[in-house]
Amino acid sequence: MLFSYSRCVPCLPWKGGLELRRTSWLLRLELPSNPEILCVVRSAVMRLTEVLGFPAAECRALTRAVDEALANIIRHAYGGRPGKPIELLCRRTQVRTGGKPRTGLEIVVVDQGAAVDRKKLCGRSLDDVRPGGLGLHFIQEGVDVMQYTSQAHRNRLRLVKYLPAAESKSKIAKGE
Amino acid sequence: MQISARRMDKTTILDISGDIDLAHSPEVRKMVLVEFREKRTPRVILNLRDVNYIDSSGVASLVEGLKASRDVGSRLILFGLSPIAHEVLQLSRLLKIFEIYDTEDMALEA
Repeated sequence: MLFSYSRCVPCLPWKGGLELRRTSWLLRLELPSNPEILCVVRSAVMRLTEVLGFPAAECRALTRAVDEALANIIRHAYGGRPGKPIELLCRRTQVRTGGKPRTGLEIVVVDQGAAVDRKKLCGRSLDDVRPGGLGLHFIQEGVDVMQYTSQAHRNRLRLVKYLPAAESKSKIAKGE
Repeated sequence: MQISARRMDKTTILDISGDIDLAHSPEVRKMVLVEFREKRTPRVILNLRDVNYIDSSGVASLVEGLKASRDVGSRLILFGLSPIAHEVLQLSRLLKIFEIYDTEDMALEA
């Protein structure tokens, strides 16, 4: 994983392989920054990851990562204010690592709220038992790549999760 | 999400169903904290059998409840964790921090 909890190197570009191909968007949602909408997004992402062939545990982890990313935007970028715009985009992506192509799901979340202090993207130690600070840990645990950029009042979080090698090979063989 | 309370002697059981997420964790947090800080209930048991999902704000509410219980010398007990709830507490490395039982009877006997 590029961006792990224990080896905290925030916001580096993906250096795990050469990106080969991106498809058009599979799913594009425009959401208000309302907590009540999160259950709807979770259902959509869970179903999408299942359709793409992720193992059950990874479907849950990826769904959790997206849910926590959206919750962070609602709580921190928008300070809990409802009705602010969030965009969620999902598409297939493919990279070549070690000479082998790998298929994955790329998820991009865009908001127009306050930018995140990159120093805070490291999360916290789980040995410290206290409320809060777990969301980032859940995001990192659920994805292979996490990139955050903020430019011109638009914050963009890019998450990528690759299919396990066998599933990835199968998807490629089918020309998907 | 729905939450209801059953009170018996020195124990309150909170039956929770649905998702404990950003939309609903404040309600769980409030009910648990009221039990400890205002009612001084010696033992609060959370029935999580019908909880489908817990996010980080839900976990934070449980941790805050646990801390409140310790502050007043009470106990917070969980039972009936779904695989998803179990997974989230495992990821948070909190499984050993909470008192967790499989069934209500086991929680009541503890």
